Amino acid sequence: MTKIKSLNDLRVIKAEVEAKMNLRERSDAPEKMIQVKVAMATCGIASGAKAVMDYMISELDKRHIPAIVSQTGCMGYCFAEPTIEVTIPGKDSIVFGYVTEKKADQIIEKYILNGELIEGIIPVNYESIDSK
Amino acid sequence: MATFKMHLLVCGGTGCRASESETLFHNLRTGIIQKGLENEVQVLTTGCFGFCEKGPIVKVLPDNTFYTMVKPEDAAEIIEEHIIKGRKVQRLLYVNPLTSERVEDSKHMGFYRKQLRIALRNCGFIDPENINEYIARDGYSALGKCLTEMTPEQVIELMKKSGLRGRGGGGFPTGLKWEITRASKADQKYVVCNADEGDPGAFMDRSILEGDPHSVIEAMAICGYCIGATKGLVYIRAEYPLAIERLKIAINQAREYGLLGDDILGTSFSFDIELRYGAGAFVCGEETALIHSMEGHRGEPTVKPPFPSVSGYNGKPTNVNNVETFANIPVIINRGAEWFASIGTEKSKGTKVFALAGKINNVGLIEVPMGITLREVIFEIGGGIKDGKKFKAVQTGGPSGGCLTEKHLDTPIDYDNLIAAGSMMGSGGMIVLDEDDCMVSVAKFYLDFTVEESCGKCAPCRIGNKRLIEILEKICKGEGTMEHIALLKNLSNVVKDTSLCGLGQTSPNPVLSTLDNFYDEYMAHVNEKKCPSGQCKALLQYWIDPENCVGCTACARNCPVNAIAGERKGVHIIDQATCIKCGACMEKCKFNAVFIK
Repeated sequence: MTKIKSLNDLRVIKAEVEAKMNLRERSDAPEKMIQVKVAMATCGIASGAKAVMDYMISELDKRHIPAIVSQTGCMGYCFAEPTIEVTIPGKDSIVFGYVTEKKADQIIEKYILNGELIEGIIPVNYESIDSK
Repeated sequence: MATFKMHLLVCGGTGCRASESETLFHNLRTGIIQKGLENEVQVLTTGCFGFCEKGPIVKVLPDNTFYTMVKPEDAAEIIEEHIIKGRKVQRLLYVNPLTSERVEDSKHMGFYRKQLRIALRNCGFIDPENINEYIARDGYSALGKCLTEMTPEQVIELMKKSGLRGRGGGGFPTGLKWEITRASKADQKYVVCNADEGDPGAFMDRSILEGDPHSVIEAMAICGYCIGATKGLVYIRAEYPLAIERLKIAINQAREYGLLGDDILGTSFSFDIELRYGAGAFVCGEETALIHSMEGHRGEPTVKPPFPSVSGYNGKPTNVNNVETFANIPVIINRGAEWFASIGTEKSKGTKVFALAGKINNVGLIEVPMGITLREVIFEIGGGIKDGKKFKAVQTGGPSGGCLTEKHLDTPIDYDNLIAAGSMMGSGGMIVLDEDDCMVSVAKFYLDFTVEESCGKCAPCRIGNKRLIEILEKICKGEGTMEHIALLKNLSNVVKDTSLCGLGQTSPNPVLSTLDNFYDEYMAHVNEKKCPSGQCKALLQYWIDPENCVGCTACARNCPVNAIAGERKGVHIIDQATCIKCGACMEKCKFNAVFIK
């Protein structure tokens, strides 16, 4: 191990390791964070959800958007896989269907950054027990 | 470099390890590798999550899923279902004891909602064996700030302003202690970390050392800078092998990085830490006894003054602080005295870690802001009393403390309120008692402990405590008289007033506090020769109800001393003279015919 000889050296190490810990830091206050849930049941995985999830994780990271990307089970929209649910703090969750990498890029640029709605939104057809 | 999209945190505290969390960790890791997910899912061991009641714990991030009582063989299902398919394994989720519902994530658990984690900030969050993870959480930046931007006087001033008081039990202001030690002139001074945690049922310090050893190392270095010491010693009991192991790893990592050693962070400050092992004598938690033990002498206390801050280890000025006190310090320096002073009550700032034990649903380790009420701790965080029984008392402060009862439930917890209520903060053990506990027996239990642990140097503690326990034994056997009660009170006060060190000065507290709060129970033992909670065997009698007895002979066949007589299909009778009150008959009777009188 190279020695840490100054406060600056310490900060360099901190910056390096911090990125790896981001996921844990953010999970600590999920309600304040943009949350992206990728449906990863059999149908989702078969339609390429895994690639979409990887893309979302790396792109959000690259664009310095603090977000939590997690996988979830089948949301029931098997016809529109891959589907992702995006929750911006203080807003209702929105589910996007037929998400490809290109679509994911649009979701980040238009919806997450600018709040614009784009095509492919699946209308909510259920109530969650939290909203009752 | 791959970005992990999921982290699996497996608790590696002593409690969970005892329930095979190491094998579980191994199974999870190999399972992840078999599925080719090692670049996507990180599996790591952390310190204690505090929820020891339901261990081993596995926490899945980012969704905060909190799996409880996970067995090694559950690893495959977690990987197959949760990691790959995104479906939480329902049967392993925590069940809320009040609603019987499964709780999906830790954010919705009552156990965590009321907690504020400062000293335990990294426990259950980082890998304690990886210094980089500590650094990522601002680790060693407080030390850096002190060394490069502040004078020792400024740091001490900050500590004083923060209002931090010693967490080992006494509650002495930490900043003031540092100032006094700094003022002592000597060629060599020492920083000592007291990790000799000895109260029955307490494991706060152990968990901090197991879960976040670097926070203690960093704080000791800061203390060294402030008081002018270059050497630190951790006095830790040898019964804490895991804490010792993690501390050793942490010290070595800090040395390799140059965060311990000469010229730390490019300044002229040098500091290093060594370990000293204690053999587990309770009295060695007292600072003068601790220092004698470290010097290789008998662990016996000496009269103060001189205080260790003037003449301590090897006769040199020594600053002794407890593990939890140290763990608070780096955060206080990073976030400021005002921030810390904004938490807690007027005279007790910050938080306190408690080890919840006894008849409570959520046994475990918690950290709460000072000023929280006992009711919130026991019923909201602790999940209430086990098996729906009635709350009777909570014992705080270990063998030096006392009992708090129903009437204290809404008292805000801080140093001064607990003393006013006849108990004390102590190091943070909280043992909850229910209606089945006999308070005379509880007092006897603690006194038994002190008699065992008394070093024998001074007469009041050596002889006085022995006499006290003899009186309590008589009362429990039904041989007590009113004179005994008066003697108990009188002698307790004598032992308190005349003992040499803290051990003897506080040892009669459990007796006095139970006498105060549960006088009726003592009276029942003395006057009616009865134990209301049915714990004192000598005062109970087993009887057979002739109405319910069908003459099955089960009791008679199982009685180890043949004290039960009766014909088959006829009513049985217990011979009270022969009965040893083992309770076997009551256990075997299928017709509820045996009862206690």
